[in-house]
Amino acid sequence: MKFGTEIVVLGFFAFAALVAAGFGVDGPFRQHMWVLFFALTGFTAILMRNTELKPVAPVDPSAYMDGPIRYGAVATMFWGVVGMLVGVVIALQLAYPDLNIQPWFNFGRLRPLHTSGVVFAFGGNALLCTSLYVVQRTCRARLFGGDLAWFVFWGYQLFIVMAATGYLLGITESREYAEPEWYVDIWLTIVWVAYLILFLGTILKRKEPHIYVANWFYLSFIVTIAMLHVVNNLSMPVSFLGSKSYSAFSGVQDALTQWWYGHNAVGFFLTAGFLGMMYYFVPKQANRPVYSYRLSIIHFWALIFLYIWAGPHHLHYTALPDWAQTLGMVFSIMLWMPSWGGMINGLMTLSGAWDKIRTDPIIRMMVAAIAFYGMSTFEGPVMAIKAVNSLSHYTDWTIGHVHSGALGWVGMISFGAIYYMVPKLWNRERLYSLRLVTWHFWLATFGIVVYAAAMWVSGIMQGLMWREYDEQGLLVYSFAETVAAMHLYYVMRAIGGAMYLSGALIMAWNIAMTILGYRREEQPMPGSLAGLRVARSGARR
Amino acid sequence: MRLIDRHAIIEKNATLLLVGSLLVVTVGGIVEIAPLFYLDNTIEKVDGMRPYSPLELVGRNIYVREGCYLCHSQMIRPFRDEVERYGHYSLAAESMYDHPFQWGSKRTGPDLARVGDRYSNAWHVAHLSDPRSVVPESIMPSYGFLKDTPIEVKDFSTNLVANRRVGVPYDDDMIAHANADLMAQADPNADPTGLEARYPKAKIGDFDNNPQQVTEMDALVAYLQMLGTLVDYKNYKETTGYR
Amino acid sequence: MDYNLMREFADSWGLVAMALFFVGAIAFALRPGSVELADEAARIPLQDE
Repeated sequence: MKFGTEIVVLGFFAFAALVAAGFGVDGPFRQHMWVLFFALTGFTAILMRNTELKPVAPVDPSAYMDGPIRYGAVATMFWGVVGMLVGVVIALQLAYPDLNIQPWFNFGRLRPLHTSGVVFAFGGNALLCTSLYVVQRTCRARLFGGDLAWFVFWGYQLFIVMAATGYLLGITESREYAEPEWYVDIWLTIVWVAYLILFLGTILKRKEPHIYVANWFYLSFIVTIAMLHVVNNLSMPVSFLGSKSYSAFSGVQDALTQWWYGHNAVGFFLTAGFLGMMYYFVPKQANRPVYSYRLSIIHFWALIFLYIWAGPHHLHYTALPDWAQTLGMVFSIMLWMPSWGGMINGLMTLSGAWDKIRTDPIIRMMVAAIAFYGMSTFEGPVMAIKAVNSLSHYTDWTIGHVHSGALGWVGMISFGAIYYMVPKLWNRERLYSLRLVTWHFWLATFGIVVYAAAMWVSGIMQGLMWREYDEQGLLVYSFAETVAAMHLYYVMRAIGGAMYLSGALIMAWNIAMTILGYRREEQPMPGSLAGLRVARSGARR
Repeated sequence: MRLIDRHAIIEKNATLLLVGSLLVVTVGGIVEIAPLFYLDNTIEKVDGMRPYSPLELVGRNIYVREGCYLCHSQMIRPFRDEVERYGHYSLAAESMYDHPFQWGSKRTGPDLARVGDRYSNAWHVAHLSDPRSVVPESIMPSYGFLKDTPIEVKDFSTNLVANRRVGVPYDDDMIAHANADLMAQADPNADPTGLEARYPKAKIGDFDNNPQQVTEMDALVAYLQMLGTLVDYKNYKETTGYR
Repeated sequence: MDYNLMREFADSWGLVAMALFFVGAIAFALRPGSVELADEAARIPLQDE
């Protein structure tokens, strides 16, 4: 490979970053441009070192393009560990505030790093690599557009690096889960459109007449996120050489736009995308078709039809007009139906093969993910009821709800998919160790239970303390007293998070050893085919 | 082909699938959000609302930069306990000049929608520098570095211009005096007439008790001290109120 | 076009139209002729590696 054009283009942008670092109008922007400069020059140097003048072997147009998917699987693991680690750090900061290190590592700057780290860096890379894996195999076509997939992969990593370093420097639009400033937003838009072209192009050149339902979910996730991202991030920069911009909307309109985005980031990024994952990897790992294909079609339409309306439930009893709040509540409750339809569809795929839950730890992980999906999509509509929301809003209950969905559903289904994909992508017969998958499973599950239980108790307790009156009609607790009451639960939450993180570290080790080609000699899983064989030969002896 | 078999066409045609799902989500989004953009015209005008003064806007930008909204809401709900704890419930009009809004979604700390005038400047400076020195139960990070960081302004009027482009009614006079107003609000010895005419009820003073320079602490405290102080609720009539 | 008109549309005809679309989508998915097609599609992931 010669990378001629790439090196010239990257070199040009590195120079532009250097100029911006020199002439930027505010300090954080200048620092951010230095980060960009070093990232781009580093990448240029790597490309130059990898330049070979030998003629390139022609690509087999019928073979799948798995290079970017391999990189994506590794990136998923890497960012997952980073994002979860930051999560444990900020959990500890809430329990022990002296762990804040001003200004760069204060809670307010680390928290977006955690949310973006796990949602967009870990979840985003998981979606990126699995979607490209699934679309090729269900369409029986190579990825569209030659090296476009590489651009999407590296472009997305650059977005993550710029977003993450920006948060630490204090560059933020303060829109939850859409914090990056205008220039990083523009870059993500370019990368995302390329991703859409890549995905849609591959579907269009498919050899399979039918478009498998997993691709519907992936496609609606890509399209909707593009729309949400562009609308929610409309803003007016102060200067083209500065980091600051002011939102195009104000007050009520801005709040609804943000939560229309925020809720649908959950609906389409963290739900639709990962359902695409479920509809491919669960049938694959169980080696049987999805329980009801027709139910999956209904699931798809019902989900995208209902989700988009539910955003206002984030703004109950605020200055948002009542009709919009009621609309959001009604649609949120209706969402319960398709969610559970999808859950049943995923679980029943295993009907006739339930023994696999005992014998196959990867299936066990996927089943737990679907169960957590069912649980948090039940809890969500409950919390969207205005009466419940009046208690739960502004408290840790919301945080607990988000994490039972994020750790339980998004995390576990991604882990299952990566465990499935990695041996296939690197041509290994099996994972380094299935026993370590079991360890990962139990650490993750107990971690979630501890986390969610702590947040339920602390959230409901705080909500009740805020509104408690004594016989004279006076408020019983000062705000500071309610904060003090949270301490124990914040410690428990940090422990739950640390357990989940340790599970992810075990997984990273397992995946790394699998990629390096090691196989751990270990007893097969009891009850599995291999395990039965061992047991039988033992009995014969 | 029977009508009922047409779905097969959608299932097999990627572009149709794309258009179909895009249509569903767009219509949902538009019907939900679009009406709110006509809200301006019918929303009641609340007396007293004005754009932020330059120093307050600097402070607000620091509030955004440090992620204060992640732990502090600025949205009081119409419940007895919240109204008693924090003051009159928030009105839509009170955040009409907020680009972006700062309603927040979590109360790890108390609501700040009406924190203005509740504490002294000295209390705010002490609290921001070392929260546990004044509130032992607090789990807030320290922001002492704000005291040592002078405000970096080359030309702050560009910020007012950007706000004007998205609809905040900063007039030419305000933009022309942006830098001067910024400095004057943190200087008790400056002549306040122009500033007070442009930004009624603006709090003027050496907020961080450091006359040598105008720091980020000055700006942030100036912002906190004006929060919720613009609207006079003695004159607000509940019956005509529009929420 | 004012605010009240828009909001009335949103919580009446807008809702009805979306609900009809939704019912239509379900009817299409459950139409009698779709079983074979669905079974065929469900096997796609298992056919190829």
